[in-house]
Amino acid sequence: MMEEKEFSSKAYLDMELLRFTTAGSVDDGKSTLIGRLLYDSKSIFEDQLEAVKKASIKRGNESVDLSLLTDGLRAEREQGITIDVAYRYFATPKRKFIIADTPGHVQYTRNMVTGASTANAAIILIDARNGITEQSHRHTYIASLLQIPHIVVCVNKMDLVNYEEETYEKIKNDFQAFAAKLAVKDVRFVPISALKGDNVVEKSKNMPWYEGGTLMYILENIHISSDHNHIDARFPVQYVIRPQRDEFHDFRGYAGRVAGGTFKVGDKVMVLPSGFTTTVKSIISHTKEFEEAFPPMSVIISLEDDIDISRGDMIVKENNVPDIGQDIDIMMCWMSEKPMRLNGKYALKHTTADARCLIKDVKYKVNVNTLGKILDDKNIGLNEIARISLRTTKPLFYDSYRQNRKTGAIILIDEADNTTVGVGMIV
Amino acid sequence: MKKYNLNHLRELEAESIYVLREVAAQFERPALLFSGGKDSIILVHLSVKAFWPAKIPYPLVHIDTGHNFEETITFRDELCRKLEAQLIVGSVQESIDDGKVVEESGYNASRNLLQTTTLLDTIEKHKFDAAIGGGRRDEEKARAKERFFSHRDEFGQWDPKNQRPELWNIFNGKKIIGEHFRVFPISNWTEMDVWQYIYMENIDIPSLYYTHERDVFLRDGVWLYDAPFMTKKPDEKVERIRVRCRTIGDISCTGLTISMADSLEDIIQEIAATRITERGGRADDMRSEAAMEDRKKEGYF
Repeated sequence: MMEEKEFSSKAYLDMELLRFTTAGSVDDGKSTLIGRLLYDSKSIFEDQLEAVKKASIKRGNESVDLSLLTDGLRAEREQGITIDVAYRYFATPKRKFIIADTPGHVQYTRNMVTGASTANAAIILIDARNGITEQSHRHTYIASLLQIPHIVVCVNKMDLVNYEEETYEKIKNDFQAFAAKLAVKDVRFVPISALKGDNVVEKSKNMPWYEGGTLMYILENIHISSDHNHIDARFPVQYVIRPQRDEFHDFRGYAGRVAGGTFKVGDKVMVLPSGFTTTVKSIISHTKEFEEAFPPMSVIISLEDDIDISRGDMIVKENNVPDIGQDIDIMMCWMSEKPMRLNGKYALKHTTADARCLIKDVKYKVNVNTLGKILDDKNIGLNEIARISLRTTKPLFYDSYRQNRKTGAIILIDEADNTTVGVGMIV
Repeated sequence: MKKYNLNHLRELEAESIYVLREVAAQFERPALLFSGGKDSIILVHLSVKAFWPAKIPYPLVHIDTGHNFEETITFRDELCRKLEAQLIVGSVQESIDDGKVVEESGYNASRNLLQTTTLLDTIEKHKFDAAIGGGRRDEEKARAKERFFSHRDEFGQWDPKNQRPELWNIFNGKKIIGEHFRVFPISNWTEMDVWQYIYMENIDIPSLYYTHERDVFLRDGVWLYDAPFMTKKPDEKVERIRVRCRTIGDISCTGLTISMADSLEDIIQEIAATRITERGGRADDMRSEAAMEDRKKEGYF
């Protein structure tokens, strides 16, 4: 595999990347929690803190408002709310972290969905005083809909319930009962006080009854290398490489990012849609040759036989072919202020393929607060989630989103103004 | 079971290469904005990797303020020669001579802001439909909200409140004629990632990043290079000390760091220990709380 040069400072060698999402509003203590993770991992710089202090005083706040660190747009600072997804970065010697920080209210469902789409883990914040609320249901539902592999439930503000074990246990039991109805694989719980710092980075002395790790310990140690699908080999062709140079005159390679499974030199493969079979000749990236490629590597694959292949095609294994079809059901989140047009036509993007589609039917709409199905309302507007039937102009090569988050995802584009209006998870 | 995982730098690299190939596939006339700084050098390196053994399928565009460090220009020309890459230079001096922009005057005069006009003119003149830039989300709070594929209207403007949602790794580059996109393949990299990657991949960078002796003067807590065109206040004294650049931009707004770092290892150690962000030395960002957002809306990098 890859030989890496050693850093003189060992601390930065072999770090993994973990992407996680947080959803919540100011009242949940979300900004306090993020501020503490950043501050305690020394990722807030003096000039940033100085700027935030100045801005807090200007606004007449009594304490330093750490949300000003993430709320980057003028409108957000003026209104004191997070509108968009903000990405924050910090690192410990073990891992580099990307936080997709999203607002938590129902009118920002689309932002939560966006932040969740690339996350390995979701932090769900629950106020220990209030227990599980509609908002916790919604956040957990979105995490399960977007198939975030790991959920960390932080029972926050434990200092305000005297660090009582019973309060924590009750919330934990309630949550487990509720999560059993959803497709969540890995749920962990941690009692914290973001404000006081209990169990965030430092282990709390106030809760000796809690034997698990701190939030930071959990984030550093969640096993993420099996989050990718390593079974079903999928290579959507992104770009054809044909060098116009004498020394590589005969070279023809297919550039792309492995979306599932593994590809080895010598593997028998099939190309969709043509159905031709051939053998993997080489796997390269620049001057490096690989024996094997796996997700999420970006490589160039060359094949033994000369087959007509272009962008949007998919290289797979003969004995493990994805679904191929034009009638597709998706769970869709509508992202636009213009309502969805039933029987309307939209452009569609799926892996590296482009197509068009017709919205044929709304099977049901989801009430994101109660998770109940609404059967008699086919009007879909901004932030609404529904099960939809599509007919595409050409066959797509797809897996269910549950099996593969890359080959199971699509976006819908309004052809009048080119904006992304809907996002879908193939059922 | 065999372990299939990439370290954080390889994962970021794979993501960026994917984005660069999407640009080549989705646009007809893309270009790479090259400033001579480390971030754009990384973009060139990633572009080589993305398309090898084919050549980079887009030209490099340099918006030259005329106030660049000499080393930047030498480095740029040498890199283009080595890669057989096409170089297009947009000149701020020409924009001034044509009367399209007016040179700022006074002590804090900078050509940094004037670049926007030259950049938009260059994009229009060559009909570029995508301009790849080295912006990173960790650099500045307005950049933290930026998309990988960032839509610009026919005036080159950015509308931060009305951005297209961007999910998974599906990028929507659809547009009407006259509009263009700014694309930021290294959005998810931090300053530390950039330096670690330069070290891991052994990438050449301009000597300005290493310690060297230079005539400098102190203004508002920032060390600036005493270039001939810089206007000093009466009480600003020139000293010759050992400094290095942490970012490289137009001379008038590039703050220098007092440093003895003469190797990449030293630089990485220095970055790890530092408590000030790299843009803390950028005079252009200190103009107001929303300085970057305002410039970006108008079409800045």
